[in-house]
This record gives sequence, structure tokens and C-alpha cells, in this order.
Amino acid sequence: MRSKTERVLDHLFLLPALIFLGVFILYPLVANVGFSFSEFTLGSAEKSFVGLANYKQLVTDPIVRIALTNNVLYAVISVVMQVLFSHALAATVLVVLPNRLATAARSFFFVPVLISMTAVAILFTFVFDATDGLLNGLLEAVGLGNLAQPWLGDTTTAIYAVISVSQWQSVGYTMLLFIVSMQNIPTDLYEAAALDGAGLLRQYFSVTLPQTREMIFVVMVLTVSGAFTVFSEPYILTGGGPGNSSQVLATYMYRVGFFQNQMGYASAVATLIFVITLALSLGQARLFRTGRE
Amino acid sequence: MSQSHISGVRLLPGRLVLTVYALILALPLLWMVISSFKPSVEVYGRPWSLPTAWKFENYSQAWEMGVSQYFVNSLVVTSVTTALVLVVAALAAYSLVRMHNWVARLTLMAVMGSLVISPQVSIVPLYDLLGRVGIIDTYEAMVLPYVAYRLPMAILLIRAVFLEVPRELEEASRLDGCGSFRTFVNVYWPVSSGVLATAAILTIYYTWNEFLFALIFVNSDELRTIPAGLMAFRDALATDWGVLLAGLTIAAVPIVVVFLLGQRFLIAGITAGSVKG
Repeated sequence: MRSKTERVLDHLFLLPALIFLGVFILYPLVANVGFSFSEFTLGSAEKSFVGLANYKQLVTDPIVRIALTNNVLYAVISVVMQVLFSHALAATVLVVLPNRLATAARSFFFVPVLISMTAVAILFTFVFDATDGLLNGLLEAVGLGNLAQPWLGDTTTAIYAVISVSQWQSVGYTMLLFIVSMQNIPTDLYEAAALDGAGLLRQYFSVTLPQTREMIFVVMVLTVSGAFTVFSEPYILTGGGPGNSSQVLATYMYRVGFFQNQMGYASAVATLIFVITLALSLGQARLFRTGRE
Repeated sequence: MSQSHISGVRLLPGRLVLTVYALILALPLLWMVISSFKPSVEVYGRPWSLPTAWKFENYSQAWEMGVSQYFVNSLVVTSVTTALVLVVAALAAYSLVRMHNWVARLTLMAVMGSLVISPQVSIVPLYDLLGRVGIIDTYEAMVLPYVAYRLPMAILLIRAVFLEVPRELEEASRLDGCGSFRTFVNVYWPVSSGVLATAAILTIYYTWNEFLFALIFVNSDELRTIPAGLMAFRDALATDWGVLLAGLTIAAVPIVVVFLLGQRFLIAGITAGSVKG
């Protein structure tokens, strides 16, 4: 049996982690819900209870509706790019490139993931610049000059430009996850499929896809919750504008709390983000389990 | 997938798609690096040609205009955060492996739950808390939350490795008269270098690039890390694009180098935990 001092010591070793998690993760999560029923300003200790007022405002706020729509758009496009496209691309890398080149490609596609989003977003303000931007220049060079436009300055294109920057950075990340999980598929499964006369496309659908189901699920959850918590890209590229056309929930929360000084309302927006991400994660987990039975 | 028997022609469409995609990734980066050596008029004026004269001063100018300070801040914040995460997580993982009571079970649940909570949700209470403790606008305002949000990942990764340590080794260590701490040092520490490197690289990657907390919890320019500092840097430079791009390049290079050096640890980590920044 372990001595008493040792058991005390074990608990003591756990203490720092418990304090960090409790103070900086669990407490804020609970406090946030409490804050959302009150109104207060930045740095003031006084919090006045306002009941459901913030939530009533939330339901009728037109900007919340725009932000939510943009987050949904973000999620849909991200799933198409970071799950469907990225999965197909990962399979392509493994089929068409010899092993050594596949590893190099994996690293290369991962480089954008490593660069801070601030640097990436500032770089893309040059790409999307209205008059001299690289994208407009490229369009003119290939004779599509009439498509050139102020990508970040137009209410209809701003959110798509922002979303595309996220895809530019993140596809390499999910692709790496898919490649690693595809490399773990036993080769005899492919050999058996090939013997049955399955071509490459058939092998992809009957072997690769089912064998990477778990990773697809993990990537789905990551991608969808990432799309509902995104902040840096819209904040740096457009600041949510022009108008509020590229506002998402996180940038709106920041604006409401730290510029309009309505911290209680910002907490309500944060609670909305939390509830959405939690519900979507649980929903996807449920879907994944039912699909397996 | 087996590919030996597939003819080259059939691989062509796939290779074409990969090439186009690689170009989409490479061109902006290439443009950034080349333009960072140009005088500002050439950045937009001759976007795809090499600089007429390579302007290395852009780098020294960017460095002196604040990037050096941001760089030092990022180094301090990242190294302190990483050291704290490793020590706190290793100790916790060790306890979790040795303890078999409700405290351990509850902690493990809290750790797994924390893994899925995004920092964005807690920004208001965190700001409020840091303000009341009086550490807004300090290194600590970044370091402490960073440590907390990286701990769940680190604890779970390290615990998984500690669980593989044979019980007999630990028993033997105790029979030799070693206490908790000595057992940790003699038995567990030696097996954990790989997983500690993985946890360290994941922490460095997150901390070096973190933007939201760095933006909100720190106001003084002297304390800003690179991601938040670059915003101020951009605003200060206005149209001095060559210098701005040099600053972006300086910000991007170290983390790419760290990754290339520690690639296998990073890949081990993100595939084991599948944890995104």
C-alpha cells in the first residue's frame, strides 16, 4: 500500500492543473452565463441584473442575424473545402505521387497553417486590393478584367473573400490529418478491391472513405466548430464590414463588448456561440454513432 | 494505395490538380518574400518581377520599427507558456495515472470537457477576472490563459504515454525506497521525451500565433506579441509596403523552421489529439 504522504503528494501534483482549468476555463464558462443576464461596462465592478433583456435584444438584433448567416455560410464552405475537397486531395496525393514526394507535399501544403493568421490576413489584403490587387491583376492578365472588383470593399463579395482566406490556410491542416489516417489503411484492402476489378475511383469510395470515417468525423467537428468561432480572419481583413456585411458572431461579440461597451450583451452573444458549437458537436457525435450501427 | 501498376497517363489529371493547388498556396507566399525586398513603388507597380535593386534595408527597418520588440515578447510569452504547460501537465498526468479515486475521475472528465471549449466564449469573464486581479496589460495576462487552454491537450497526450509504463517498474522503484518524486524522475521522465516534445511543439505553435487574447488583454505596444503587434505595425506603416512585407516575413519564418525541425513531433501530436489552435 502506498504511504499517506505519497497519496497527499499525488493530489498535490494535480493541484496546479486543477487551478488553471478551474480559474481560466471552467469559471469563465459559468460566469459568462451569469454575465449575460446583467449589464455592465468595461472594467467596472458594478453589474446590474437585467433578466432576459440581453437575450430579447439578441433575438431581434438584425446584425446577429447577418452574423449567424455568415457563420453558417462559413461552415458550409469550410466543410466542402476542408472535408470533401481536402479528403479527395489527400487521396490524390497518395495515389499520384511516389512516397517520398508525398511526404514532401504533405509538409509543403502544411506551411500556410503554420503562419500566423495576422500575417496571412495582412498578406491577403494585398491579394484582394481593389485597384492594384494581385487577384485583379491576374484576372486582367488572363482577359477576365471585367471580373475585377474591390473584393473586400463590396458587401456582396467581402464575406466570400474572407472565407477563402480561411480555406487557403486550413485545407493543408485537414489534409495532413487525412493523409496520416489513409496511410494507416492496410494495403491488402486495396489489393482485394483491385482484384475485384475496382478502379481508382471505386477504390476511393469503397475502401478509402469507409476506412477513414473516424478521421472524417473528427475533422467535421473541428471544422464546423471552427467556423462558428472564427474571429481573426474577418477582424483583420474587413473588421466585419463594409456595413456589417462580413460580421460573424465572434467579431460582433468583440465589437459589442469592447467598442460599444455593452459587456452583458457581449456575454449573451458568447453564450449563443457556446450553445451553437456544443449542440453541433453533440449532434455530429450522435449522427456518427447512429451511422455506425 | 498501390500505384505501381497504374500508368502515368492516368495519374496526369491528379498531378495537374495538385500542381494548381500548390501554385495557389505558393504564389502569395513567394510574392510576399520577393516583394519584401522591394521599394514600395515596385510592390504594386511591378508585382511579379524581381526587385530592380534588392532592398535589404526593409528588414532592418521593420526590425527597428517594433518587430524586434514583438519578437522578443513572443519569445518570452511562448517559452514561459511552454515550460509551464510541460511541468504542470506532466505532474498532473503522473497523478492521474497513479490515483484511482473520484478526484482522478472527475479531473479527467474536466480535462476532456475543457478540450472542446473555445477561448472565444470566455473572453468577457476572462477580461473581467484579469482586470480584477490587476494583470491586464502584462505578460501574465497572456501566459496564464494560454497555459490553461493548452493543458487539456498536453495532459491527455502525456497521460496516454504514462499509461504504457509497466506497473512492475513503478513497484520496483518503490521497493527501492523511492518516493513519488523520485519515481517520477527515474521511471516516468525518461520515457516521456518524445511526448513532451510533441506537447511543446503544439504549445509553441498555438502561443506563437494566438491573436484574440493578445489583442484584448494587452494594450501597450511594448508588450505585444507578433500577431497583435503586426496589426499596429501595419497601421503605423500605411503605404510603406516593402517594410510591412519584410515584417510579415520575419513573423512567418521562425515557426516554419521550428516545424521543419520538429515535424514528426507535431504530426504525432495533431493526429493523436486532432487539436486545432
